[in-house]
Amino acid sequence: MGKILKYSFFDLMRSRWSYVYFLFYLALGFVLLFLNNDVAKAVITLMNVIIVLVPLIGTIFGIMYFYNSREFTELLLAQPIRRSSIFLGQYLGVTGSLTLSLVMGLGIPFVLYGLLRSGAIWDFGLLLLTGAFLTAIFSALSFNIALKHENKIKGFGYAVLLWLFMAVIYDGIFLLSLIVFEEYPLDSFSLVATMINPIDLSRILILLKLDISALLGYTGAIFKAFFGTGLGFLLSFSMLCCWTGIPVWLLVRNAKKKDF
Amino acid sequence: MIQIQNLHKQFGANRVLTGLDLDISGGGIFAVLGPNGSGKTTLIKCLLGMVVPNEGIIRIDGKEIKGRWKYRQDINYLPQIANFPGNLTVKELFHMIKDLRQKAGDAGELITLFQLQPFLEKKLGTLSGGTKQKVNLVLAFMFNSPLLVLDEPTTGLDPASVIRLKGLIARERQKGTTILITSHIMQFVEEVADEIIYLLEGRIYFKGGIKALKTKTKQNDFEHAIAAIATSQDHG
Repeated sequence: MGKILKYSFFDLMRSRWSYVYFLFYLALGFVLLFLNNDVAKAVITLMNVIIVLVPLIGTIFGIMYFYNSREFTELLLAQPIRRSSIFLGQYLGVTGSLTLSLVMGLGIPFVLYGLLRSGAIWDFGLLLLTGAFLTAIFSALSFNIALKHENKIKGFGYAVLLWLFMAVIYDGIFLLSLIVFEEYPLDSFSLVATMINPIDLSRILILLKLDISALLGYTGAIFKAFFGTGLGFLLSFSMLCCWTGIPVWLLVRNAKKKDF
Repeated sequence: MIQIQNLHKQFGANRVLTGLDLDISGGGIFAVLGPNGSGKTTLIKCLLGMVVPNEGIIRIDGKEIKGRWKYRQDINYLPQIANFPGNLTVKELFHMIKDLRQKAGDAGELITLFQLQPFLEKKLGTLSGGTKQKVNLVLAFMFNSPLLVLDEPTTGLDPASVIRLKGLIARERQKGTTILITSHIMQFVEEVADEIIYLLEGRIYFKGGIKALKTKTKQNDFEHAIAAIATSQDHG
């Protein structure tokens, strides 16, 4: 698997898109710091961008890479390599290169601005960690979609739809149901509803860490009251791990049955 | 060398292989023939583990291949359509495959034979179809393996390269390699093949020497003999 990872990673590092992604985050970091003039405030603004954008890029990049590397995959399948190694290696290559672009792109401006001397370093670290998780989750999901659909247009459509659902539609349905059922106790419902969407979960996780009650909103407040910060953290992290682990497991399982 | 029992494969509603049995003892050149869509490539891909059969057992050297991958160490495969990752250069591709297979391979002689030196630093995405096929051939012949699978090896090659390819195949045969070839060029098959394996509707319709085939179909010409099988089935 290591070798596949190496070749996928270098192949991606050579592609223009990794640099576009890196430069985008670099520019974003500098602009946010310039506008906010404060590391802690910039972290909050950054969160809102990361929570929506990282999943989108993970999704699109994942699906594009899978379809584009079909020939490479077929070449590898005829070699004495385990199937799971081929797909895991490619997946980790995509996730790794995207995460690297994210960490470098945002890390450089923040470090230059004096992140290491400010108190926001842990908040910032958590932000990057959640970004890495979201990348891993959404590339795994898009790999699964690509594996299921030979038709690129269909696969691409489903992947974008999935992102749209998680990032936008889900929250809408969630809010609507809160309004419709406002007469009932909704604490546990909203807790569960937050847990099963990785984007909402990441948002709560960061907000808990930043400890900004004003931004926590209804769910966040319940979350905090219910779990207390420590347990809430642990639980959201294990949920994020599940969100990464299950799609990766599905990917390996389905890849073994697939005909090429 | 290869034993296949009761192999079934269907893609959706399309039943490609329907209870295929095949026994190849080893050594020599076996041409897998059959009309379009008769399951030649599917059979080969089952052998390589790229297509997962619905039913049936495939054994190579007495060991069942299901769920295993190391046996591919002993197979060299030439895919039908030569598609490679476009970002790599020819040289990097050779290097990568050598690295992945963990086997000493001799590409140098083959590169000279197919006159690929001017293309070594070029990206695979920019190569012409014929040149890609030559790269493909180098990959298939650069390792020493007891089993060689060639799916349409002559596609896109110029006559000079076809002659070189025949030379390579003859050399492998002398080494005692088992070679499976599919091709639609009957003249090529007649020249190189020791035995014909004719697939029809997902089964083996005929297996034997070219002479036996001519006797069976009462034809003097090999190409006509092959065509006769297909047409007699159409009428029947």
